[in-house]
Formats: sequence, C-alpha cells, structure tokens
Amino acid sequence: MSQQKISTIELVNKGLAKRYRAEKRFRLIGLGAIVLSLTFLAILFATITFNGYTAFQQTWLELTIFFDPQMLDAKNLRQADYDGLVKKSLRDNFPEVSGRSQKKDLYTLVSSGAAYKLQDMVVADTGIIGTTRQVWVPASDDVDMLIKGNIDRSQPESDRQLKDIQLAWIDQLVKEGRLAKRFNLAFFTAGDSREPELAGIFGATIGSAYMLLITLLLSFPVGVATAVYLEEFAKRNRWTDLVEVNINNLAAVPSIVFGLLGLAVFLNFFGLPRSSPLVGGLVMTLMTLPTIIIASRIALQSVPPSIREAALGIGASKMQTVIHHVLPLALPGMLTGTIIGMGRALGESAPLLMIGMVAFIVDIPGSLTDSATALPVQIYLWADCPEQAFMERTSAAIMVLLAFLVLMNGTAVLLRNRFERRW
Amino acid sequence: MSSSLLLIVLLGLSAVAFHLGRRRAIALGRASGSSRSLHSRPVYYGTLTALWCGLPALFIFALWQALESNIMVRLTISTLPEQIRSLPAAGLGLVINDIKNLAAGSSFGGIPDPVIEAAADYYRHLQELGGLLKGGTLTVLSLVAMVFGLSRLTPKLRARNQVEALVKVLLIICSTMAILTTIGIVLSVLFEALRFFQKVPLTDFLFGLEWSPQTAIRTDQVGSSGAFGAVPVFAGTLMISALAMLVAVPIGLMSAIYLAEYAGKKVRAVAKPLIEILAGVPTVVYGFFAALVVAPFIRDLGAHLGISVSSESALAAGLIMGIMIIPFIMSISDDVINAVPQTLRDGSYALGATKNETVRRVLLPAALPGIVGGVLLAVSRAIGETMIVVMAAGLSAKLTANPLQAVTTVTVQIVTLLVGDQEFDSPKTLAAFALGLLLFLITLLLNVTALYIVRKYREQYE
Amino acid sequence: MVEKKSQLISVDDRKTVGQQFVENPRMTCRDVNVYYGDKHAVHDVSIDIARNEVLAMIGPSGCGKSTFLRCLNRMNDTIDICRVTGEITLDDNDIYAKNIDIVSLRALVGMVFQKPNPFPKSIYDNVAYGPTIHGLTESKSDLDGIVENSLVKAGLWDEVKDRLDQPGTGLSGGQQQRLCIARAIAVEPELILMDEPCSALDPIATAKIEELIAELREQYTIVIVTHNMQQAARVSQRTAYFHLGDLIEVGYTDRLFTTPRHQLTEDYITGRFG
Repeated sequence: MSQQKISTIELVNKGLAKRYRAEKRFRLIGLGAIVLSLTFLAILFATITFNGYTAFQQTWLELTIFFDPQMLDAKNLRQADYDGLVKKSLRDNFPEVSGRSQKKDLYTLVSSGAAYKLQDMVVADTGIIGTTRQVWVPASDDVDMLIKGNIDRSQPESDRQLKDIQLAWIDQLVKEGRLAKRFNLAFFTAGDSREPELAGIFGATIGSAYMLLITLLLSFPVGVATAVYLEEFAKRNRWTDLVEVNINNLAAVPSIVFGLLGLAVFLNFFGLPRSSPLVGGLVMTLMTLPTIIIASRIALQSVPPSIREAALGIGASKMQTVIHHVLPLALPGMLTGTIIGMGRALGESAPLLMIGMVAFIVDIPGSLTDSATALPVQIYLWADCPEQAFMERTSAAIMVLLAFLVLMNGTAVLLRNRFERRW
Repeated sequence: MSSSLLLIVLLGLSAVAFHLGRRRAIALGRASGSSRSLHSRPVYYGTLTALWCGLPALFIFALWQALESNIMVRLTISTLPEQIRSLPAAGLGLVINDIKNLAAGSSFGGIPDPVIEAAADYYRHLQELGGLLKGGTLTVLSLVAMVFGLSRLTPKLRARNQVEALVKVLLIICSTMAILTTIGIVLSVLFEALRFFQKVPLTDFLFGLEWSPQTAIRTDQVGSSGAFGAVPVFAGTLMISALAMLVAVPIGLMSAIYLAEYAGKKVRAVAKPLIEILAGVPTVVYGFFAALVVAPFIRDLGAHLGISVSSESALAAGLIMGIMIIPFIMSISDDVINAVPQTLRDGSYALGATKNETVRRVLLPAALPGIVGGVLLAVSRAIGETMIVVMAAGLSAKLTANPLQAVTTVTVQIVTLLVGDQEFDSPKTLAAFALGLLLFLITLLLNVTALYIVRKYREQYE
Repeated sequence: MVEKKSQLISVDDRKTVGQQFVENPRMTCRDVNVYYGDKHAVHDVSIDIARNEVLAMIGPSGCGKSTFLRCLNRMNDTIDICRVTGEITLDDNDIYAKNIDIVSLRALVGMVFQKPNPFPKSIYDNVAYGPTIHGLTESKSDLDGIVENSLVKAGLWDEVKDRLDQPGTGLSGGQQQRLCIARAIAVEPELILMDEPCSALDPIATAKIEELIAELREQYTIVIVTHNMQQAARVSQRTAYFHLGDLIEVGYTDRLFTTPRHQLTEDYITGRFG
C-alpha cells in the first residue's frame, strides 16, 4: 500500500469530526424550520380559539317586566316605548338608584336589544299585556365582558368600562341569580350590528353563500369546458400557447387586481348593483377559473390514452369519447380542484373591498342583487371595531370561517382518496 | 316579465324543442324504413333543435341584460332638465340613485322633487316597456328558431356532426375567457390610469418622492392638488415584501430540504399537510393576527428594549406575510428538489459526501433555477397581498429604510383610495388605477419570468 | 455434449460452486443477505475479492447483482427499507461495524453508475468535488494537479483540457461516463465498483471504457456488474454468476465461459435465458 493512500484516508478521517458537526448543525436547522412553522400554526390557532370561544356564550339578564297597558297602545304596538318598560323594570329592581347620571349608568347594563325582544313578545302574543313576567334579555357587552373575566376589577375606575357602582349592581344581580351565560344563538342568526351583543354572522354567511353559488355555477362549467378544449381538442399552436400562458399568469395575478376589474367592468361599465353578491360572484368566478382549469387539465391528463383509443377504436366520435369515457374518469379530480377553488373564494376578501361589499349591512340579503357582505369581509370590519367584545366575535367568526374551510378541504381530500385511481 | 321568469321560459322552450326534434327524427326514421337510415341517433336531432331554439335567444338575452340598465339610465338622464344634467358625475350619480330608488318604490320619507318624481315615473315606464319588449322579442325569436330548426330535419342531416361542431365552438368560447379576463384587466386599469396621467404627468408619478393623495375639499386650500409620487409607496411595498422573503425563503427552503432529505416517512406524512394548512388560512385571518397580536407584541418588546417601534411597523406585516408564504416556498422547493434525479444524489454519496454536502453542493445548485422561479412567484404574491397590509401596515407614505417604522404599500393605497364614496374623475380615485396598472405590470413580469424559468427547469430533467 | 451435461450440477442446487475464495483477499463477503422490506433480494452470498483484479458479476435482470454491489460501499444505506445481514470486510475491517465511518468507507470504495451522472457543474468542479469535500488538498495548485491527474487516468484529459470550466452535462455520453470515473478516482479509492457502466453507451464509447478498466486494474481493484457476457469475458479475471438472488458460480473468467460447472450458468451463457 503506497504512502499516499494512507495519507488520503488519514486526511479524510481528520476532517470527519468537523464535517459531522456541520451535518448535525444543518439537520438541526432543518428541523428547527419545521418546528418554527408548526409552532406558529399552533400559536395562531390557539390565539384565535382562546380569544374566540367565549363568544359562543352570551350573558343574559333576567328582568321582571310589567307589560303596562298604559304604555302599550294596542293599535300601535310597533311604535310603543319598550325601552321605557325595560328602564322601569331596572329602576324597580334597584330602587336606591337616583339621579340622572346614575340612572343612565344603570340603563347601560342592558342591551338595546332588550326592547326588541319585548316588542317581539308583545306582537306575538298580545295577551301578555297587563301581566308581569320574568323575561331574560341580553345584557350589554360591558357586562358580558365582565362576566367572562375580560374586565380587570383591580384597575382604577377611570380606566375601566364599568364604574364601581355598576360593578356593585352586577354583583347583586349575580347573587340574585339574575345574570347567566347562555348559548349565543344571535351570533349565528343575526346580521351585523353596532352593538356587539346583537351582532351575528348570519348575514355575512348568506352573502358568502350567494356569492359561492354564482361562482360555482359559472366557474365549474366554463373551467371544465376550457380544460376539455385545451387537453382534448386544441392543436398546439400560438393561440393555445397564448391561452395557456394567460391561464398560468391569471393564477398568480394579485386578487385585488380582479377587484379593480370588477369595479371598472361590472359596476361602472355594465352598471350592475354595487355591494351585491352577484358582482362578488362574477369577480370570484374570474379569480377561481385558473385554479379549476389547471386542476381539470391535470385530471384529464391522468386518464390514460388507452381509454381514448379503445373508444375511438370502436367508432365513437372524438366528442363521444370525451363525454362518455374521459370526463367521468376525470370528474373526481375536477371536483376536487373546484372545491379547493371554492375554498379560496370563500376566504378571499381583497377584491370584495373594491366592489363595495364592505358596507355595514344589518339586513340578511334576500336576493343576488341585494347589498351584502361576506364572511371574511365581516371579519375585516369587526377587526376594526374598538370594543373588546368585537374582538371576541372576530375570533369566533374566524373560527366559523376556518370550520367551513376545513369542511370543504376535508371533502376535497376525501373525494380524492375515494376516487383517485392510479393507472 | 321578470328576467328570471324569462330565463325559465327560454329554457323550457328549448326542452320542448328537444322533445319535438327527437320525435320528428324518430318519425322520419320510421317513414324511410328503419332507424338505421337516419344519419345520427334521434337524440342528436333533438339536441340540435334545442340548440337552435335556445342559443340565439339566450345570447341576446345576456347581451340585453348587460346593456339594459345603462341604456335606460341614459334615456332617463336625457329627459332631465339641463341644470341637473350638467352636474358633475358624482352629483348626477346621486340623482340617478334617487330616481332608481323611487322607481323601485322605496322612498326615504319627505316629498320627492317633482322633477325627480317625473324621471322616476319615466324610468319605471322604461323598465316595464323594456321587460315587455324583451320578453316578447325573445319568446318569438326562440319559437321561430325552433320551427326553422324542425323544418331542417331530414334523415340525411348530419345532426351529430353539427351538434359536436357547435359544442366545440362553445368549448372554444369558454377557453377564450382567460384571454378576455386579461384583456378586461388591462383595459379597465389602463383607461383610468391614462386619465390619471392626463392630470398628473407620468414622470411625477414614477419618480416623485412624495405621496399624499388627500386632495382638499376646497380648491383654494393649500396643497389642494395632492402629491402623487409613487416612489415611497413602492419602497414600502418592497420593504414589506423583502421582510416577508427574509422569513419565508430560509424557513420554507429548509423545511422542504428537511422533509425531502432527512425526515422519515411518518414525519413527512404529518408535517407536510400541517404546514400546508398555513396556506389555506384566509389572509384576513393573518391580518387580524398581525394587527392584534404581533404588532402590539413587537411594539411592547421594542418599548422594553428602549427602541421606539411604530404600532403599525413594517416588521409586523412583513413577518406575518412571510409566515403566510412559507408553505408556498416549501411546496415549490419540495417539488423542485424531488425532481432532481436520484442518480445525482447517488453520485455524491458514492464519493463519501455527507447529506448536507450533497444538499448544499449538488442538490441546491441543480435545483437552483426551479427555486429561483418559485421565489419570484412568491415575491409576486407578496407584492400583491392585500389584507395583511391593509390591516397591519400604515397609511402614511414615508420614505424610510427602518422596518420598525410604519410604511404603506401599493395595495393599501388602492384600498384606501377606492373604498367608500368615490368621484370618478378626481385624481385621487384615478391614482388607484394607476397604482393597479403598475402592480399588474410588475406581477405580470415576475410571473411570466418565473413560469418560464420553472418550465425550462422541468424540461431539463424530463 | 451429452456427457458433459450429466456432470453439471442440477438447477435445484443453489449452493455456490467454483473459486469463490482467494488467498490474501482485499475484500471478503460472508453469508450476505439483503432484504427490501419483505422481499429477500440476496441470499447467503459469500465471495472474496482479490487485490488488483477485475471481478465481473453477471446474471439475468433482477438477480440481485446490483443490489449486492451496492452493499460493498453501503450505498444501500440510502434506501430506508433496505436491510443487510452477514459480514463484509475490507482489509480485515468489518465495514458494517459500528466504528466504521460510512464517509471514509466510501472514500475508499468508489462507485460508477449505470447512467452517467455528472453534477450540473463545470468539468473541473465535478472532478474536484470529492477532494474538496474530503479536504484532501491544501492549495489550489494541489487540486489542479489532482484534477488533471484524474482526467489523464480516465483518458479524458486531451478531450477536455481546453474547456474545464464548461458544464459536465454538455459532454457526450461516453465522455460523461469517463468524467464520472475521473470523479471517482480523484479521491484515490482502493476499490472501484461499476454498476453496468456501459449499458447506456454506444459500442465505441464502450470500447474506450473497457480499455480504461484494463489500465485502471494496475492500480485499483474493480468490481463490475454487467449484462454483457462478452464484456465480462473481455475485462475480468474472475466472473461471478448470480441467479434470482443466489450466487451460483464463481470462476476464472476464461474457464467459467468455456466449462461452466452449474446447469444454470451454462443455460445463461449459452443464451437459454437472460
């Protein structure tokens, strides 16, 4: 064995320790990157859940209401002073309260939604006029926050939303069993409101649903048709190259640019109604088309040529081959892509800001052309509100949005696992 | 006749046409012996008749629907007295809105102006007339087309071929949607941007160092014209994007390397989909998180260390945007690294290289073009990202290199300029479209370059 | 012919026959088994590799010869599901022992693959890769010397000396394979494993590689897997015949091809299957 060879292996061995240290370092950095990403994911979800789960409950307050016939004019039940009933009941409960400002402080314990609740009761059953009932009404958001432990009693009075005297009243109510947390149904059934305790996501959810309906009805057929044409019929030439480059580029165009398109073309040129799910759906259609086309093309490519040859071989026309044999086999892949595209459309908000779906809308939209907002935009709007109770609701709305997304993507994954074939 | 009812009528007529066409084909077949004597199966004759009946009418219906309201508004405006017609666009828009509301029957109390009332009556009249005209024309048209279609049916008619040719034309029309969308984007931003450049010179926009689009209400106020120098806006965009890339590229790339080269099957099967969840989280959620959790945290941390940090610091927005982009970089790098042939790894290992030497000296250089393409796509995404910066970045356009200060971005400016009531000829509104045009051009350039690089890379190893 | 056939060992007997052991071996393999998950790919292979010989391994596709070859520098370690049992020693050290470092082992046992796999770097960097990662040189001029020397030995120097900075992937297939050989010998290994090095090359390039193998034999021990029996006959001193994971017969090449002792060997070399 020559001397040089011995020195080679010695040289190698001499460097080994250093190289293995570098190897270990590199491996740790890689692992660190993974752990960092996952940690962030965990923090994000934990923060949202921690902030939001309390919004699914809401503090209610029990009032003893005398439905005073003098205050309730049977001919004009809708315009009666229900607020007065609530205030009177509060005064009766706390007879020691006197003076204008103290009374005002007392009244703010109850949500303005209480009056509507009483109105609904009376309109539903005029028989209760003249009787005294125990009625549970929503408490104001500040009371709600205190009960949920989000207001610090040890802070100086001037820094708190609730005064000392209000705290005393609330404690008394709790002792009497007149304050309780209940499931927050309003959050799922109401539209937006300036009062956090009355605000819900139903209007936004319906707006999103209308929008997705339009998007689905338009983008799925057009997307599949485009993919079928490009994969099965088109000859490779300049034109199809151009279409292809266009599709790939559109998939990466910022979503806000689609919003500008919607504003200039659908609103200003075609004069479609502003803030409507119709326009939102059209913009989302253009935005999700590339996703669906790309997924559908991949699904078509995965159908083996032998199937086409078999059909063509027994005399089927090209169109018959595609419709009878290729499309059914590619459909699960296309549907998966469509659901993923729909998920993206559901979570998207930037283009909707451009076409005015960002307004404060209390009513639940009843048609495609009504003013509406969408779930992510509702989140955006609430995130801007200063009240702490809105922060809680924002997080809860995010949880609902994420739940929808998990549902959709889960369906897509199931569909893929169930129908995916390896050829 | 309401539009949806008309649509149902047209579709119903098509269904009838299908049925009639099919029946007639069967009858024709019987008359000339067997059904074999027909060129195509009866279904195709039915479909052909239905297409004859439905397609032209539906096409005209769509066109009518699109143009109707514009024409009606114009006709109504022409009846208005001169002093209303000469109002600026915004004022006129309000008047039109009033007229429409009144015509729809929703009044907001008070007694409407008689002129407006008359216009509303006229508008309602136009609506009714238009509805009748539309319903009548389209129904007659589709009936005529159906009869014509039926009369053409003969056993020799190549119905299948004609149906297939029509379907193919439909497919081609669908496939042009992508191009139409691009044209639509270009035209919509280009026209408004050109109007903007008539008011503000292009060079001022591109090279101006001051951005303050808030024009004064009264024209005689100081600084009423606003300043439209886009440099600070783009500098802010670049800073936030660069911060995002500083976070996303190392973490995403290292995650991909670890998953592709080090992790076992089980870790890979769990970690990869988990990280990809980050890509599915809506951007508004990131924005909320950045604005309510990360930005205050960074500000408090800065205060603790005695550094003044803006509560809308570029750092918070960039950090969160980076996290959003991690899965994007990761999947692209993963694809690209897996596309490097195994033989190159074998070659390196056979020489006694360790894993990290193989990764750093063989795999990464081999995968570099693909990774660069992926990073370019990610940059394009960061530049165009809206919600995170709208919620977490600032509004004031400062020209600074300090990531702890608040900066603004192109998308933030577009949103602020366009949300709320707009006047469509003030430079303030038009500036948004100019920014949009620039945004579109920059991302287009990035995307096309990136897609080209990635495609060339794929071809190299196929 | 009929007589000879009766002397052949029957196809059912899978015990190795012939000169599987030598005196003073460079490498010894005893009872080597390889498993891919549940699949038992190589069964109880025992063979010695002598110094400065060319050992050819032949056999039908899927017979385990490449798998066995990859055990000799532990390339199978890169495949998760692969498991190796038995003993393989290099200069009396068990290469699967815990204290043996895989990096130094591979520096001693180089490998050339079926498909030329130059790195997407310059010709110079391809050859310099091994010496650089192992830290074999102190200076740039040392490295230049190693690169030139290796390329000369691989018979490629004259063809590429003017374009060392051009990518290795731009060379022809035969040149690429010789570049890979140069890359392997640049770290001064003692053994070179070649896994069907000519199967992707045309006859002229193949002839050049075979010539090169004959020259390299003076300095290195070479184990070559090949599909091509003529090639085995041309380049090797001993030949080992594998069949479905079993080592059937080992013998001096000229003898094995003229008078095989096992029925399977004969069937293979006379072209009855393979």
